[in-house]
Amino acid sequence: MAPNDSAQITGGNDEAGDLPADRRRAARYVVPVAVAGVAAATIGLVPALAASGDPDLPKITAAQLIEKMAASDTERLSGTVKITTDLGIPSLGGLGGSAAGALAPKGGAGDGTDGGSAAEPTGRLMELASGEHTLRVATDGPDKQRLSILDSAAEYSLIHNGGEVWAYDSASNEAYHAEAPADAAKGTGKGKNGAHGKDQAVPRSLPATPQDFAREALKASGDTTSVTVDGTARIAGRDAYQLVIKPKQAGSTVGSVKVAVDSKTGTPLKFTLLPSSGGKAVVDVGFTKVDFSRPAASTFDFTPPKGTKVTEADESKAAGKDQIHKAPKGAKELGSEPNVIGEGWTAVVRLDTGAKAPTAAASKDMPAEAQQFMDALGDKVEGKFGSGTVFKTRLVNALMTDDGKVFVGAVTKDALVKAANEAK
Amino acid sequence: MSRAEVLEPGGGGGDPADGRRGAGAGAGAGAGTRPVSPLWTFGLFRSELTTTFRRWRTLALLGVLAAVPVLIGIAIKIETSDGGSVGGGGPEGGGGPAFLTQITNNGLFLVFAALAATLPVFLPMAVGVIAGDAVAGEANGGTLRYLLVAPAGRTRLLLAKYAATLVFCLAATLAVAVSALIVGALLFPLGDVTTISGTTISFGDGLVRAVLIALVVAASLIGLAALGLFVSTLTNSGIAAMATTVGLVITVQILDTIPQLHGIHPYLFPHYWLSFADLLREPFYWDDVLRNLGLQGVYAAVFGSAAWARFTAKDISA
Repeated sequence: MAPNDSAQITGGNDEAGDLPADRRRAARYVVPVAVAGVAAATIGLVPALAASGDPDLPKITAAQLIEKMAASDTERLSGTVKITTDLGIPSLGGLGGSAAGALAPKGGAGDGTDGGSAAEPTGRLMELASGEHTLRVATDGPDKQRLSILDSAAEYSLIHNGGEVWAYDSASNEAYHAEAPADAAKGTGKGKNGAHGKDQAVPRSLPATPQDFAREALKASGDTTSVTVDGTARIAGRDAYQLVIKPKQAGSTVGSVKVAVDSKTGTPLKFTLLPSSGGKAVVDVGFTKVDFSRPAASTFDFTPPKGTKVTEADESKAAGKDQIHKAPKGAKELGSEPNVIGEGWTAVVRLDTGAKAPTAAASKDMPAEAQQFMDALGDKVEGKFGSGTVFKTRLVNALMTDDGKVFVGAVTKDALVKAANEAK
Repeated sequence: MSRAEVLEPGGGGGDPADGRRGAGAGAGAGAGTRPVSPLWTFGLFRSELTTTFRRWRTLALLGVLAAVPVLIGIAIKIETSDGGSVGGGGPEGGGGPAFLTQITNNGLFLVFAALAATLPVFLPMAVGVIAGDAVAGEANGGTLRYLLVAPAGRTRLLLAKYAATLVFCLAATLAVAVSALIVGALLFPLGDVTTISGTTISFGDGLVRAVLIALVVAASLIGLAALGLFVSTLTNSGIAAMATTVGLVITVQILDTIPQLHGIHPYLFPHYWLSFADLLREPFYWDDVLRNLGLQGVYAAVFGSAAWARFTAKDISA
């Protein structure tokens, strides 16, 4: 090294520009290129290698696996959950009104976050309905749960301990307090549009962990569903069976649902919902880390830090009522008389809004630009029922007819039109 | 200039920086006849360190960095003096840098807020100036070839310069953190710390976490320091190297905010910078912090070796 260096310093040697020296110089650049290559290969290969090692587990039938899940008595658990949702809609909070029926979670978010405290659970949990989030969950029996949404440099925690529910939002330093979960559920449920109110009770019945999603998926299944075991996988460092749930009926937008079930405890570790149209998963919820030992008791303790603004559930309920009055008339009436057509995966909900659809009313009330915007959002369709507009997401589609009826379901456009024709 | 003149310890008048260089290189020459001793590298490194930290420019940069927490602290004190809350207290409260809402309750949060505020712009700018100037500045001032007259070797010189830059990264971060701690203690109450998970830890634990966070923030700048050093070996103009490095920082930060480019985001060096806030969770959430440190390591290896390849093969004419 040293002689080489001192030779170069003089500069005289460099001017000679002989070939070996040039080659030696060029060779030096191999080092950074090689380092970059090794780094890229490591980043690319490590996940691939980690994913390829499917564990060897004894064969099991679908029925046995479901039994195992049902018998699972996992009461203590803590872990990190990654949830990715891609409904194929832009994350517009204010989309609410027109699409409230179709995008219940999204519409709910629009209504919920406006009411009072930034720490109120309903609105915050609805954020999970779009994008990618990292959650931390901990459970110790039925009385103690904790759910934290990890934001950038902030965290939103929902803590249920005995008769109390606390929510703490570190970004705004605000807390939300409710006496008992049942009351809280009632309070916030009222603020929702009726059809989905029961799904939005706080905090437990809102699906956030793979268990919740798996439970909902199995509840929906019946004769219309094929359930099979499809190999094994390694999720969060644990061996798991893959349960595949597929709708038998044609016309559903759900392609298949995959649930990875822990081979030892029977706890669902990962839930993936693939659309029938192919492409990326619509919902993908899975543990990235999981631990079945008892979480530290302090995990479930919460005392509002000094200086924190605390909103009580009662006040917030009042704010929620306010919201209802302010909510657009159409959205409120959407929930008035749901009517289910068909069953299983292709069930379509019919709602009579009574009012003319926005598209029809447009000529009077709506500026031309808004009219164009509405048209751009949906596809025009015609059938025996008349004509209407179909609003599409990757999972749920909604048909709004010009005479004010709304058909919503996790079905394709054609199936919606068929349902509308039959309902005529 | 003869070799003896340069190597004479502390010799020569003129620019004091050159005098110190002489001292460092002299120590190197003394050991040069023997097999390499660790002290030898250390002498060169020490000389680099004094050169860097005795510059007015460096001191001014540290001063500016230390002033940021003072500004934030005073602004919040004034805003909340009438009993109002930070950010207007709307439902979307908590705009601006993270942790602002917590400062009035606990002065220690000024440390975190100040680091969160300076990490995107001020800290990388300061590091970009120092790293960009490291080699190009010497070349520009005509002192680089005299440095290389000593049989220290280019690799060793480059390592010493990189080490000095890393020390500056740490010093810059500590300047922000210590100044924030002092201002926070003077203007706001101190006490038990509420983590962002809502749990409470003692003030002592909070201080430990503050130190840990400062170290992670300083380590977040390792990749940028290597990048700046590489840019610095490409040109003979100190100003051009500084401007390029700072420009790169800004460009990459902009790329990091474009959602359509999310595919490349995990490979951009500032992408995980704000992950230091994960150390304020209970329990710690290490995933992103480790990703950040790994990414900085990769950048340091790639651009450090690129700088080495360039510098050891370069024609030094100034």
